Parts: sequence; structure tokens; C-alpha cells
Amino acid sequence: MLGSLDARIPAGSLEAKWTDRKFSMRLVSPNNKRRFDVIVVGSGLAGASAAASLGELGYRVKVLTYHDSPRRAHSIAAQGGINAAKNYQNDGDSVFRLFYDTIKGGDYRSREANVYRLAEVSVDIIDQATAQGVPFAREYGGLLDNRSFGGAQVSRTFYARGQTGQQLLLGAYSALMRQVAAGTVELHTRSEMLELVMHEGRAVGVVTRDLIDGEITAHSAHAVVLATGGYGNVYFLSTNAKMCNVTAAWRAHRKGALFANPCYTQIHPTCIPASDDFQSKLTLMSESLRNDGRIWVPTAHDDGRAPDEIPDADRDYFLERKYPAFGNLVPRDVASRNAKGVVDEGRGVGPRRNGVYLDFSDAMAHDGEAVIRAKYGNLFDMYERITGENPYRVPMRIYPATHYTMGGLWVDYELMSNVPGLFVLGEANFSDHGANRLGASALMQGLADGYFILPYTIGNYLSDFLGDPALDTSEPVFADAEQAVADDVSRWLSIGGTRSVDHYHRELGKLVWDYIGMARTKTGLEKALSEIPALREEYLRNVRVLGSADTLNQSLEKAGRVADLFELAELMARDALAREESCGGHFREEHQTEEGEARRDDQNFAHVAAWEWSGEGAAPTRHCEELEFENVELTQRSYK
Amino acid sequence: MSSEINLTLQVWRQDGPLAEGRFATYEASGISIDASFLEMLDIVNERLIESGEAPIVFESDCREGICGTCGLMINGQAHGPQKGTATCQLHMRSFNDGDHITIEPWRATSFPVLRDLAVDRRAMDAIIAAGGYISVNTGAAPDANLTPVPKETADPAFDAAACIGCGACVAACPNSAAQLFTAAKVQHLNLLPQGQAQRWARTEAMVETMEAFFGSCTNHGECEEACPKEIPIDFIAWTNRDYIKAKVKNRKLAG
Repeated sequence: MLGSLDARIPAGSLEAKWTDRKFSMRLVSPNNKRRFDVIVVGSGLAGASAAASLGELGYRVKVLTYHDSPRRAHSIAAQGGINAAKNYQNDGDSVFRLFYDTIKGGDYRSREANVYRLAEVSVDIIDQATAQGVPFAREYGGLLDNRSFGGAQVSRTFYARGQTGQQLLLGAYSALMRQVAAGTVELHTRSEMLELVMHEGRAVGVVTRDLIDGEITAHSAHAVVLATGGYGNVYFLSTNAKMCNVTAAWRAHRKGALFANPCYTQIHPTCIPASDDFQSKLTLMSESLRNDGRIWVPTAHDDGRAPDEIPDADRDYFLERKYPAFGNLVPRDVASRNAKGVVDEGRGVGPRRNGVYLDFSDAMAHDGEAVIRAKYGNLFDMYERITGENPYRVPMRIYPATHYTMGGLWVDYELMSNVPGLFVLGEANFSDHGANRLGASALMQGLADGYFILPYTIGNYLSDFLGDPALDTSEPVFADAEQAVADDVSRWLSIGGTRSVDHYHRELGKLVWDYIGMARTKTGLEKALSEIPALREEYLRNVRVLGSADTLNQSLEKAGRVADLFELAELMARDALAREESCGGHFREEHQTEEGEARRDDQNFAHVAAWEWSGEGAAPTRHCEELEFENVELTQRSYK
Repeated sequence: MSSEINLTLQVWRQDGPLAEGRFATYEASGISIDASFLEMLDIVNERLIESGEAPIVFESDCREGICGTCGLMINGQAHGPQKGTATCQLHMRSFNDGDHITIEPWRATSFPVLRDLAVDRRAMDAIIAAGGYISVNTGAAPDANLTPVPKETADPAFDAAACIGCGACVAACPNSAAQLFTAAKVQHLNLLPQGQAQRWARTEAMVETMEAFFGSCTNHGECEEACPKEIPIDFIAWTNRDYIKAKVKNRKLAG
């Protein structure tokens, strides 16, 4: 089936790898670029930046998104910021330090070469975004401001109030719309990719379904770029937008693209705890709040007093106590696990005892309410709207929730999957964050991939096909793929069961949260592997999808997405079971230190696990890509 | 713990862009006041599906008030009764037991109804494509700190940039003008030093594209009231000023 996994990492010193590769890659000359068709699926930071940049270069680009406008993509919801090794603060930052922090933060489960390149191009992203008019926060002198973020001891995070993702996406979207106006990019909104089309082992196109009238269309191209985000909604409750799903990536996986490290999921420490059973999603409160907020719970179990009645002596600032060097700014996985620990002990707060306090009273006493309002005003307002509580007066209540998925389709150094012609960018790939992503690194990676990496590497692939037209959509491979989509649509409509798609999605989410959530055990994962397929079987037999195929039908859209999440959930459990160690967001209770910290097994697991689809009902095959560390020493992460 | 309320909903149902619409009445009983407005609709939809009736189509995505996907006319108000709040952030504690709630899609000729409460807002993207950008190719940018931007400029630019493109301004406007949206987009870029090179061409193109799709602004101010990001209509005034200047400058009369 599959040859060896070649990540195509350049030889040479860490600092020279990307420069050397850029020089050695083949180019497509300016007047030849217009002979190449590229499909970009997804219009978030990675997709929009890639499509805009490819359009500027002169490629013929087609952007497909299921949103009504590219600007809706979920990158828009990122709050906190974007890292870059500018060292504008003169506090000792450098490309190497950003590289080091990121690889350490990822618990040494990412590629050195990729992470170094990410740190290297981070500085260009800030320049590009600023030139586009992204209104980053500024000092009174008019220069750019920075703040610190979890897992770092320097201030390298650029931010735009609490709406950094929104502003960066609007920047990329404006660049994209400029290319749409220029005619280099053809934009298809409300078009959902449902199949990857393969020909002679290469990706040659996709099939979409129009969400308004149900029309099924084949699109052909020389290369296909997936920038379709992560799979956090496998938990049902997550901070992801409601429509986020794994379908594009999963359909590619079913066509042969390897899915890497699916068990690496990130549980973000600062979200608003669930208030009721009908909760439809969880809302993140930016990690930047940990700069000024102090996290605590009562020292005593089941302390029923209001927070302002609990004196300092009866409070446990557990992160500051356990990690004096980083305090409330430990990385996300560490903060989340510790919050779970104190809640499990019975020291949780709030009506459901399912949260910990994030308290700003000290910061307000120190800096004044106005300063806090200027920094976090919109976040405080959002909190109040959701909970009905005023965080200027009462400490916020927070609890971890699924936020980001580090796993994704396997890609090599040039961001191409093992399927030639299929590139994967942003959260949809597995690349740069290892087992845990640091705050403010997702925006950086999405834009690095789209603006500064893919535009170089795609040419290296395309140059082989100069003079070859894209395959005609009258070829049988396209008709077959269209038929597969049509069959799938009719299947959902003909089941005629009794429960809604959302019902099953919610039930799936509970299983995944219980067994493949913040702490995992062999027993739990084995249960997941029997209960998930059983629920899936019921889903396929008993789901009720009303309405027809030729109109806007949201149940129908969701039915296919949830089916893919079921299959993914099973793979997550397999991956988590096979990885007999704890690392980053993957915490196996059997593998911890005496102090309850994650214990890695570098001897046996310093590798990427990339899974190959083996067909319906068959066990997938696990491939390994060994990770070589030449520039950092693998140590147990310590944030004390 | 949370208390529950019972509501009667009058919801606009329309099977497709060309189909005739109608109001349908649904009882929404036992709704927790901690539910968001959209979670209330989720519950109603679950019950509809159980009873074999097609669920109400409404759009939403982030449910954090930032993506701009959601947007409903609630009792005749765009995004409902709470000021500065998108539909997804509205919670049922804003309503009382026994309330009748009328729920309609955005009403504007330039936003055709697709189904039930979902509308087509592509005309807003056309305004951006007309000039809502700074022309800088990837890789062509100078160092970000090369040009200082005074806070007095950066802050209002940000206030304008906060627009989420939901279309509430259009829905609230008696003329169905997208003037607040357009002005916010124009001023975000026109205020910044980076945006000066294309200031006049941008203003003219975006305003005129807006006029081609939407009604004209006659300064009612309803848009500001409805805006979930509370974007002030000052930006409209500034855009009108820029538009007049642009008309002069773009005729090359100013040398």
C-alpha cells in the first residue's frame, strides 16, 4: 500500500534548512502560473491567506467554502493573539527562543525543522498583516504593543484587543476579495466539499454539494489544498463554531491520506463552565486573561461561601503554589489538568461545582478598573452576557473545554500529504504543535502556512506538470465521485429513524469527553472502542433526517459530518490506546510521575503516528515517522 | 438553579427563495432562562423533528457574537432587545414567562430569503471586493514598526474594524441601506496611514457599490441602535466627507 513516510526535511543546519529548500525548489515562471488550477478548500486564516497569495502570484485559484462568506470561518473567533519573534520588547526573544518554546510546549512531539521555520517566518506575518491594515494594539508612541502568553517568559504576542483572530482574518479576507475582484480567484460560497477525486494516485479535484439547492458539482485542478480546520466538535461541546467538522479531511483520509496523531487534542483551561444540559457550545475566555487574573479554589472541600467571604488564608492559588516560576501562565495542558484535579477533589465552585475562580480583584486594585477594562473589556462583557454575572465584581468561573486539535492529516515539510497533489494547511494538518499547542500559535501557523510556505512549495510540485491541462471533469473518476455523494445524500434521507442528528452527536460527544478527554486510561479507551461503534451502528439505523436533498437542509448537512466524526472518534481511541505514554494534551493515567505530571516515553514514542484507512470495518494501519532531535535536548517539561 | 419560562413563537417559514412565506406558531414551553436564544430554537427544533415536522432553518456558527453568521428580527428588532448584543449572545433571561415572540429573517430586497430565517448576504462581499482592502501583495510589506500609528488614530480605526458583517444595519434601516457596514469598512482603512494611498478610490468604489445593491442612507440612525458591536454613525459622517472629497480628487481637479 504505502511506501516509507518521507517527510522531505532538508539536510543542513536548522537555520539554513528553509533558505536552502527555497533555493533548491523548482519554480513555475510567472507566465506559466496562469496555466495551473489550484483548489483551496476553506477560507479561514490558512485558506484565505493561501488563496490570496496564490492569486497574487498568478495561479488560477478556486476557493470553496461552506460559509455564506469567507469571513465567517472560525479563525474569526480567536481572541488572544499571535506570536512572533520580533523582540520589539528587548526582553531576550529570538527565532531560536520561539522555536524552543514551541517545541518544548509541544512536549517534544513535533519536527524541529517545521517548528524552526514557523518561528522564522513569524516576523513576516506581523509585517504583512500590519501592511494590510490589521489594527494591532499600539503603545502611545504609535509602535506595536505585546503581551505575554502561557508557556513563554517573554512578551511576543501581538494582539488586537480580544479580537485578534477576527482582525487577522479580515486582513486575509480583504486580500482574498481583492483577488476575487482581480479575477484570479473564483469564489464558491455555500459549497461543501464531500469527496476528494483521485486519478493515478494523485489528487486531481473535489466534489461539492451546493447547500442551497443541493447541486452536486465536480471541480478539477492540478492541486488541491485543504485548509478546513480541526475536529474539536467530535466532543460536541467545544469552543469550536457549530459548523466546524472533520469531513473534508476525513473524506481525504478515506481516499488514502494518512491521519496523524488524532489523540492530540487540546483542552483549553479558561472557558465558561457548562450551565445546563441543553448547552450547545462552550465559550472560551482568552488565555490572555491569565496575565492578570489569579486562579484559585477554596482550600476546603465543598466550601459553600461566596468568593468574597473566603479570606486569602482559605484560598488555594493552586497554579502559583505548584509552579512558582510560571504561576498562572503555565501551558494550557498543565493548567487544564490541574483545574480538573481540584474539581475532581470536590473543590469546584459555582452552582454545579464545575469551575475554578479566575479573579481580577488584585489586578484591579493594582492597575485600576480602567486599565483592566481597556485590556479585556469585550471579554468581560461577553462573560456577563452569558452568565449574568459581573466579573468586575465577582470572580469569573472557568473550566477547561476542548479548543483545538493538534492532530490532523499528515504532511511533509512542504505541507503535502502522502497523496501527491494534496496539500493541507493550518489546523487541518498535524504539523507544528506536537502534543500541545501554545497560546497565540494557531494564528501564527495558519498564516505561516498560507502566506509564506505553500506559495513556495506548491510550485515545486506543479512544475512537473507544465503543459498538462487539468483532468477534464468528464473523466469517469469525477462521475464516480459525484455518484458516491449522491448515494450518500439519498441514504440519509431514506433511513427514517426516530432521533435527530444532534441527539447522536451529543451522545457521541459524551463518550469522547469521558474516555478520550483530559485523562485517558486503557480501560476507558477499550470501552470507547466498543461503545462508539455500537452508537454509530444505531445512528446509521435510527437517525431521522427530514426534508429533501434539493433545498437548504441543515439536518442533512450535519448527518454526513456526524458520521465522519464517529469514524474519527474511533481512530482517536485507537491512537490514544497505542500511545503508551503521556505527552502534552494526551494524558494516560498509567503514565505519570509521582507528582502527577505527564511522563513521556522518548525511547518508544518519539514518533508521529500516522494512520492509514484500510476500508470500512477494517482496522487501520499505524505508520511511524521517527522524530529526530538534533538541536534541543529532550527533558521533562518543568514550569516550576 | 435556573427557572423556566413558557413562550409562544411566531416564526417566519418559507420553503425557498421563490416560495410564498407564512408565519407559523409554536409553543416553546419549559425554556430555561439560562438558555441562549438560539439554544431555545435548538430545543424547539428537536421537538419539531420528533413530531415529524421540518426544523426551522436559521443560521449561526461561532455563537460567541463574532462571526456575524446569525441574525434574526426578534419582535421587530434586529438581534432582539439587548443593546450591543448579537442574536447568539442574547439569553432567555431577557424574556418573561408568557411572552409572545415574533421571529423573522432580515428583511431587505438585497438579502433574498433562502429558507425560513436564512438570507443571502453576498452583496456585502461585493462591497469589500470593490475596494475594502489595502493593495499589498504577500511579501511586499515593510517592517511593522516602520510607521508609527498614534493611538488616537489606531483606536477609532479599531472601533470601525470591529464590524462583524452581520447585516443588522441593513435590516434595521428603513431604506435597507448598508451604509453603516460600508462606512465602518471604509473608515477602518481610511484612518490608517497604510490606507492613504487608495483612500479616495476606495471610498468612491465602495460607496457606489453599496448604492448599487442597497438603498441610500438618509440618516435615520436605526443602524447604530441595532449594531451588535455598537459602531457609531460618526463613521457614516466621515465617509460622506471622504466621498465628497473623493469625487473632487478622483476627477483630478485637485492637482
